[in-house]
Amino acid sequence: MNAATGVMPRATGRAAASRALDTGLWVFIAVASTLFGLFLTAYVMRMDSADWSTIALPPQLWLSSGLLLAGSVLLQRASAAARAARWPVAQTLLLVGGACAMAFIGVQLWAWQSLLAARVMLASNPAASFFYVLTALHGLHVLGGLIAWAATMPMVSQPSDDPAGVAQRVALCARYWHFLLAVWAVLFAVLGWLTPDVVRFICGKG
Amino acid sequence: MAYADVDTGSHHAPQTFITKYIWSQDHKVIAVQYASTAILVGLVGLALSNLMRLQIGFPGAFAFINAERYYQFVTMHGMIMVIYLLTALFLGGFGNYLIPLMVGARDMVFPYMNMLSFWVYLLSVVVLMASFFVPGGPTGAGWTLYPPAAILPGSPGFEWGIILMLVSLLIFIVATTMGGLNYVTTVLQARCEGMTLLRMPLAVWGIFVATILALLAFPALFVSGVMMLLDKTLHTSFFMPAVVSLGQVTNYKGGSPLLFQHLFWFFGHPEVYIVALPAFGIVSDLISVHARKAIFGYRTMVWAIVVIGGLSFVVWAHHMFVSGMNPWFGFFFATSTLIIAVPTAIKVYNWVLTLWRGDIHLTVPMLFTLAFLLTFLSGGLTGLFLGNVSVDIPLSGTYFVVAHFHMVMGVAPLLVVFGGIYHWFPKVTGRMLDDRLGQFHFWVTFIGTYLIYFPMHYLGVLGMPRRYYNYEHYQFIPASAHTLNAFITVVALTVGAAQLVYVYNLVWSTFRGRQADANPWRAASLEWATPNTPPVHGNWGSRLPVVYRWAYAYSVPGAPQDFIAQDAPPEAGGQEPEPYARPREAPA
Amino acid sequence: MAIALALLVIVVGSVLFHLVTPWWTTPLASNWKQMDDTLAITLAVTGFFFVVINLFVVYTVWRYRHRAGQRAAYEPESKRLERWLIGITTVGIVGLLAPGLAVYADYVRPPNNALLLEVVGQQWQWRFRLAGASGKLGGSDARFVSAANPLGLDPADPAGQDNIVVLGNEVHLPLGRPVKVLARSHDVLHDFFVPPFRARMNIVPGQVSSFWFTPTQPGRYESLCAQLCGVGHPNMRGFVVVEDDAAFQAWMKQQPTFATTQAAPSAAAPAAPDALPAQGRALAQSKGCVACHTVDGSPGVGPTWKGLFGKTETMVDGSTALVDDAYLKAFIRDPQARAVKGFAPIMPKIDVTDDELAALAAYIQSNGSASIDKAQR
Repeated sequence: MNAATGVMPRATGRAAASRALDTGLWVFIAVASTLFGLFLTAYVMRMDSADWSTIALPPQLWLSSGLLLAGSVLLQRASAAARAARWPVAQTLLLVGGACAMAFIGVQLWAWQSLLAARVMLASNPAASFFYVLTALHGLHVLGGLIAWAATMPMVSQPSDDPAGVAQRVALCARYWHFLLAVWAVLFAVLGWLTPDVVRFICGKG
Repeated sequence: MAYADVDTGSHHAPQTFITKYIWSQDHKVIAVQYASTAILVGLVGLALSNLMRLQIGFPGAFAFINAERYYQFVTMHGMIMVIYLLTALFLGGFGNYLIPLMVGARDMVFPYMNMLSFWVYLLSVVVLMASFFVPGGPTGAGWTLYPPAAILPGSPGFEWGIILMLVSLLIFIVATTMGGLNYVTTVLQARCEGMTLLRMPLAVWGIFVATILALLAFPALFVSGVMMLLDKTLHTSFFMPAVVSLGQVTNYKGGSPLLFQHLFWFFGHPEVYIVALPAFGIVSDLISVHARKAIFGYRTMVWAIVVIGGLSFVVWAHHMFVSGMNPWFGFFFATSTLIIAVPTAIKVYNWVLTLWRGDIHLTVPMLFTLAFLLTFLSGGLTGLFLGNVSVDIPLSGTYFVVAHFHMVMGVAPLLVVFGGIYHWFPKVTGRMLDDRLGQFHFWVTFIGTYLIYFPMHYLGVLGMPRRYYNYEHYQFIPASAHTLNAFITVVALTVGAAQLVYVYNLVWSTFRGRQADANPWRAASLEWATPNTPPVHGNWGSRLPVVYRWAYAYSVPGAPQDFIAQDAPPEAGGQEPEPYARPREAPA
Repeated sequence: MAIALALLVIVVGSVLFHLVTPWWTTPLASNWKQMDDTLAITLAVTGFFFVVINLFVVYTVWRYRHRAGQRAAYEPESKRLERWLIGITTVGIVGLLAPGLAVYADYVRPPNNALLLEVVGQQWQWRFRLAGASGKLGGSDARFVSAANPLGLDPADPAGQDNIVVLGNEVHLPLGRPVKVLARSHDVLHDFFVPPFRARMNIVPGQVSSFWFTPTQPGRYESLCAQLCGVGHPNMRGFVVVEDDAAFQAWMKQQPTFATTQAAPSAAAPAAPDALPAQGRALAQSKGCVACHTVDGSPGVGPTWKGLFGKTETMVDGSTALVDDAYLKAFIRDPQARAVKGFAPIMPKIDVTDDELAALAAYIQSNGSASIDKAQR
């Protein structure tokens, strides 16, 4: 402790940068959580209307959920490998994890296509509108994650003078993947199982 | 990405004109870019308000101001002023400039994203201005953009203007999020040694809490904007009930206009604190410096900022007392709204108590500060009328509301903007703003805006509704009210013209102003302690500062001067009332 | 010291202004005196704080202005003083909130015996509905809206058959009886605001909102729309006439019921020619034309009808047309077919029968022809 200033010295240099990235991602996660939370609030409020009819979830969503889960697992293991400086392993895991996210988006689009083929369009009914909007928003956030992933891949594949920094970047990708998985889990549960009856039960028949 | 670095100096300083002044990642340049854009767009908003007042004061005298254009002016004026001027100026302008300097950092923690945030903001401005040039013109649905009217025939700009408005807002929210990530993370992670959170000046606290509000509130505007855009372009029914519009049956059904209002005001109320909190913080610093006295009750002031910020999320439906929402909500929101008055009042008392037994220098910044106290008090007190639900019922939607929000959001924070720019101009440019022009600008603006908005409250009590193109042939509106409107218009045009004097002062003084020394106001806070004035890239030279006390060591008994800089050696004294008690953990 | 003087002048001036201002609440014409009382309490409390704090600032600025050799005191905080100030403020706030909430508690609970008045807002006119002998209002829905049924009442609902339908913008109310307003709209938000009644509420399409009041003063009161509803918003004006019960009952008898409005509307023979303009005038009211078209030459959302007949009108595409009988009828039948220069192309398509069309055209012509010769060409 510095007696003169009364505080510990600040983190400096690369440690400071890494704490900043860490904090920055948490703040972004808070913002995105708020965004999804508000959409879900709107969903619940709109559900209260007489014209609500639930749509069946396309079965493709189970596959896409599995892909997202796999992606998270792979990214987590990539992060552990990078921290242990096992770079070839980290690179492979990171690559496949990203591919899982890309596949997730592909399967989501497939789910959309199957809904459209069943004549469930965006403006058909409010449940459909929300389905498309919520999955689109989540998908856009996955795409954003893939951009960060694309920026991280070359750092992992080439030798670096800041291995701790690169490992942190991989860890942040993993954390963001887990966040996207958590959001998806909530969306999936809400879209699949939150019906007007459940809402009325929770809110009381008011 | 570049980052702060103590010993090896900052990342490479930019070399070319383009990288120094256009694609700059330096927070100071970005701040000036934000502020200049905001002021320019604010002048457009000012012109629009003058056009509105021409119609209200002299109805029908200007044939080109028909009902459609009038509502377009009303809407664009409101949106420009609230979002594109005030929010951008306080967060992007003042926030970008002051935060790194006041906390002892070299720059924001994510300089590249900071640069992007300005260009995305500029894009949102361009998209907004483009709505003047599309078929049908800009939207005329009021800055609140309530559906169903905003996207139906009958409102101006319902074809293209509303789309551009919504797209512009979505782009703006992306910019604000990028900036906000910077401001919050920089305050949390990039403070120099010794700069604890409770040693930061209140300007930083105000902008910091406002940024948190922005990050959590703008998503609600994003959600409502996306949903309204879909209702308009793809005919979903998020907000649209079954509508028969001007005789035509539409395909919408089941949607809820009130859902939009809840989402909008969940954003909209924190938004007014996003504007007010930085103003509160800045004005605290202006008072301290120019009265040579520590802000009274610093910790309480911080507490009040944080509590106001938190409470601002649970008062939103006081904008909806007569909306047709569940009437029982009125009880809750009236209560929460009047509770928020308490920490706000504390701040007013503490500002006044700072002046008490001070050494008050009546500089131009101090003049603006005193004017702020009067106008904020006035505007804040009228908020108590509107927050008290049953008093609000006859006043809602009248000129009482218009007078209230202009006084508390337009006049008071704008006076702080002017005072703040006069105060920090010598830091930014190394020159002083011209004092005589400053005095002229102050007096016309202060007296003028008071003459405009104080009497306007009474028109609202009378029952004159807002957003009316004309008021002729009403028995309950006496001729004297029309005379008052004409008077207000003349004053408004005068105040508008005076702002041009201010812009002239800004531009002229940047190049020809009197040279200032490094700390012309003899302020204690850290931004004045840079080795160069104006500060160069990296701000601090080869070593970051170390701080030994809070930012308010003014008139400390026994000290040789009436201020002690934050980075003066510890022996100089002037520590804060309760020095930091617990040591922090060492970083990993 | 100019600033201290200026602040003092402003404070004193504001108080004086309040004492002499001609602009204050309209004379109260309803039971909501409590709202005015709470307004007065709020004014007293806030006025007190405004004057005291500002005068304190004035004194402070004068007393502690910078003088050479003086230094500020050093007193960065006083927890005790802050606690007192918080306490006093909280008492003031509670003193304001308590009466406000008490009044609101009355506002949200209309009395049981209230007269039901349905107000239907539409861009840009008012219509009304009252219960008939049965005392009940029939159902309504947007899908029933048509030219013959502008309120969208359910024709199959027996409770609606005897409802009194008021298609013009003036409604009457009996003195001294509580009224519960049920407000509806099929298009956008509106707000039925009569300042002397104080009570009001937004009208939201897709739901029914309500508020209540008791008219206590006879008179003819202007009603306004108080929620922006498009370009015709300021033109959405009406009247509420408060009269004794006998007069009110007489007025009710003169209004059609929903059943009569649904009976074949144009079974009657065409009216005599000089009755046509009068009929047209009534139609212009009931169809809402007057929301946008004036007859006194003043500018509105649409062209004024004064001197319109016989004029040569210019379209947006530069072409011109003579405003004669054929022009008027074609325009009313299909307002979107062409756009007149200088006006927004937002005229709604309102279904009218041929007889109604003739009456409207006759009325427009009666408002002044530009030139008789031209019109007869």
